[in-house]
Amino acid sequence: MIAERQTRVLNNVQAINEALDLALERDPRVVLFGEDVGTMGGVFRASDGLQQKYGEQRVFDTPLAESGIVGFGIGLAMAGLRPVAEIQFAGFLYPALDQILSHLGRMRHRTRGRFTIPMVVRAPYGGGVKTPEQHADSPEAILAHVPGVKVVIPSSPERAKGLLLAAIEDPDPVFFLEAIKLYRGVKAPVPEGYYTLPLGKARVVREGNAASLFCYGGMVEVCLKAAEVAAREGVELEVVDLETLVPLDTETILASVRKTGRAVVVYEAMRTCGFGAEVAARIAEEALDYLQAPIVRVAGWDAPYPPFSAVEHYYRPDAKRVLEAVRRVLTH
Amino acid sequence: METVRYLDDTGIPLRELPFSPEELRQGYRALRRARLFDEKAVLLQRQGRLGVYPPFRGQEAAQVGVALCLKADHDWLLPSYRESAAALTFGMPIHKLILSWRADPAGWGAPPDVNMVQFYIPIATQIPQAAGVAHAQRLLGKNAVAAVFIGDGGTSEGDFHEGLNFAAVFGAPLLVVVQNNGWAISVPTHKQMKVERIAQRAQGYGIPGVVVDGNDLVAVWNVAKEAVERARRGEGPTLIEALTYRIAPHTTSDDPSRYRSEETTREWERRDPIARMKNCLAHLGLWDEEEEARLSEALEAEFAAELALADQAREPKPWEIVEQVYAEMQPDQKAAWVYLRGEA
Ligand SMILES: Cc1ncc(C[n+]2csc(CCOP(=O)(O)OP(=O)(O)O)c2C)c(N)n1
Ligand SMILES: [Mg+2]
Repeated sequence: MIAERQTRVLNNVQAINEALDLALERDPRVVLFGEDVGTMGGVFRASDGLQQKYGEQRVFDTPLAESGIVGFGIGLAMAGLRPVAEIQFAGFLYPALDQILSHLGRMRHRTRGRFTIPMVVRAPYGGGVKTPEQHADSPEAILAHVPGVKVVIPSSPERAKGLLLAAIEDPDPVFFLEAIKLYRGVKAPVPEGYYTLPLGKARVVREGNAASLFCYGGMVEVCLKAAEVAAREGVELEVVDLETLVPLDTETILASVRKTGRAVVVYEAMRTCGFGAEVAARIAEEALDYLQAPIVRVAGWDAPYPPFSAVEHYYRPDAKRVLEAVRRVLTH
Repeated sequence: METVRYLDDTGIPLRELPFSPEELRQGYRALRRARLFDEKAVLLQRQGRLGVYPPFRGQEAAQVGVALCLKADHDWLLPSYRESAAALTFGMPIHKLILSWRADPAGWGAPPDVNMVQFYIPIATQIPQAAGVAHAQRLLGKNAVAAVFIGDGGTSEGDFHEGLNFAAVFGAPLLVVVQNNGWAISVPTHKQMKVERIAQRAQGYGIPGVVVDGNDLVAVWNVAKEAVERARRGEGPTLIEALTYRIAPHTTSDDPSRYRSEETTREWERRDPIARMKNCLAHLGLWDEEEEARLSEALEAEFAAELALADQAREPKPWEIVEQVYAEMQPDQKAAWVYLRGEA
């Protein structure tokens, strides 16, 4: 269906803006809020023009308080609205961790379904664009470690639009992390009109037999680049975009490993206890017999992400580091 | 609440000033030094020689007035990203500040005789920490104080409340300075809160709260001086609200035309803290254009020398990413360090 639609070339921010617009138009329960979201349209302009279009009741600025934003949103959701909150940068989710860990994911469970939180929390995450300190964090593993919340990380404008609309429709809380590097860095055709893409599905974005690269968000373009370089040497890598970290599409991951026998997991968060560890564990649990080499992680170093310095690119995995890992799994 | 002022909008003293002529001249020099830094920093940023930079134009007096009351090797300063003026007046070397805004690790650590914590980026997190730093001075038997800065928007965070209450409960020798500059990026103060004056909240914590004209150096300086004296006497924290205005964009990457007209900005420019202080000195016969020219020359020369120092700093090395994570480098950092050494 979607394939037949007219498309326009949009960047990720434009695609997200369009999704928010469509959600506000379609469902009167949807409200949009956060710091600088209203008048200014968001620091990245994701909600540009939406307050003008839908009014201050539905698109509004909040006081500067993340625990307040998430807690307020939980209240709105319990009472029947469909809140879509923006946290200005994922690194500023931390003041809200109490609301997230104690309530966001537990409300359904602790009220036996009497109260539910169909809320979306959007946050720009990740590095690669020389942001200041604490503006490049990738806290997806922290969020994935909370029962009852979903975690979605799109890697293209078309996917971002459809996944965000699905997240807003979803009956449970969804974190929607948007790679800052991709906001304006990527432009691609996006179908017109309202459509959703299923949460909980990984997708093979490039097929290959030599080894599988598992990635999401800002690392997808890095892995595709690595695969392109490898292809020039006749090595066909498979690239799997996980897209939804929770619930994780284990089947697609395992199918790829069963085919290639080699797995490299790529993420830009700090390596230890990063989401790639979960991916590696599932492969080890379910497909060990198919592995011809140890699973290798390529990730940020075990240190804070360096701010806009001359050395930032040594922290964030790039195609070169991915290829080093590929070499390791191929020559094992 | 009454707003403490010593100068009228043009800089003419409204009453007798509580500082000596030499002190007043010193204060003016500090303001000019801060302004020069800010102007140069914005220029350097435009040339690509600085990272994203948050200018403080128009807020010099609110920061300098507080920093002038502190001794860098004795007292403590916990600034937010906006407080380069407080930092350099407190005693941070200019080349360190330049390096810091270049995100060069060489700029992050204050010299051993400057008790300043690196600029806080996550808003309001510095407030409870400052209460701890201040209380520690008493536990350690020192008569030192701490000063912590935050913006109007930052007062909405839970940490602001928790930190103030801790400071109050423990009677910590702390100055909490709120620079109410009218804006939190695009959100005006009246949308951020329903109280007329942030300093009113002091009552809720059972501590003194003062509203001061943040563009009046003499007023800020004296209010801060009294708060420091009270803190040193063991009489606890003070909440100071400095009324000022963010003349410049939020940072060098912000475009204020998306959310405000500049009429109010023009109005506030007429209360420019530096022009006011200069007028004050001239009015008292303490300053002339010759001194002004000498000061300009000295400040330019100082900045040029400091910039040269910053430019000479060796490039940050990739392996520094994993240094200073633990007291002793642990195996995972060591493995990364070895890899990154091989990269360079
Ligand atoms: C915890 C946290 N949330 C959000 C931000 C993003 N942010 C940076 S500055 C700012 C506005 C701050 O306004 P204010 O406290 O008034 O200080 P000012 O910038 O005016 O000096 C925001 C929302 C942040 N740095 N930290
Ligand atoms: Mg402000």
